[in-house]
Amino acid sequence: MEDKNYLQDLKEIKDLMNKSTQFISLSGLSGVLAGIYALIGAVYVQTLLLENTESYIAFESMTFKKIIATAVIVLLASLFTAYVMTVNKAKKVGENMWNTSSKRLLVNFAIPLVTGGIFILLLLRHENYGLIAPATLLFYGLACVNASKYTLRDVRYLGISEIILGLLAVEFSGFGLYFWILGFGICHIVYGAMMHFKYDRK
Amino acid sequence: MKNIIQNINKAFDHRIRLGIMSVLMVNESADFSTLKELLGVTDGNLASHAKALESENYIVVEKQFIGKKPNTSYKATLDGRKAFQDHINALEKLLSKS
Repeated sequence: MEDKNYLQDLKEIKDLMNKSTQFISLSGLSGVLAGIYALIGAVYVQTLLLENTESYIAFESMTFKKIIATAVIVLLASLFTAYVMTVNKAKKVGENMWNTSSKRLLVNFAIPLVTGGIFILLLLRHENYGLIAPATLLFYGLACVNASKYTLRDVRYLGISEIILGLLAVEFSGFGLYFWILGFGICHIVYGAMMHFKYDRK
Repeated sequence: MKNIIQNINKAFDHRIRLGIMSVLMVNESADFSTLKELLGVTDGNLASHAKALESENYIVVEKQFIGKKPNTSYKATLDGRKAFQDHINALEKLLSKS
């Protein structure tokens, strides 16, 4: 009888330690959707590139602006979806959306990501276009690894995959779009689905 | 056997006190409302158990104002951390013995 109580104690201690440091309401399905948005965006960019008759894409050209606009729309749509679905899941699990752990998660995710954003703006300014695709993957990967301490473990492996793809994209420059498809499209779908089946379907 | 029982700490012999310490072991500090939400207890209940831990010098209370709102936050002391670790070790030993 006594033992059973102590066992219960230990279990409760472990639960509280996890609950108070990790935000677990992250929605796996929103990752899958983000991956799908990225794939749609990539297909659109690919058609833009095929339409483009000139041998390279100028910074001022309409095509370039369209590509940037596509990237921004995909990013915003993904963030919006993730936000809505995470709020929903948090409600279902009974976790508060704005608690200490979700704030900590966001801050730690944002630090590498904002650094990357500024880095990419500086690359654009110095007309160093070749490194943009790898840099987005690398910094996004680092952001995931950094944030993973405060949420589900799977985010860590997603981050590591993105970092590897980012490094490969530096080596094989010129195939940036394909690495984007792998990194932002396929990786999100695979890890999102994994997380969905592991945590959400209960 | 006597040694093990010795390390089972009376101060932690309650669900809520155990909970407060668990949260403070892995977080630098936690404020009143966070603890309340995590443990699912009432204000008065949490306050009295926090007071009990405070009087053992296992946690320290920091009161400050954030804007106009008073904010109470708790931190585990070194003594508290050590005592809690000993308590857990004792629990684990006890369980592995049986």
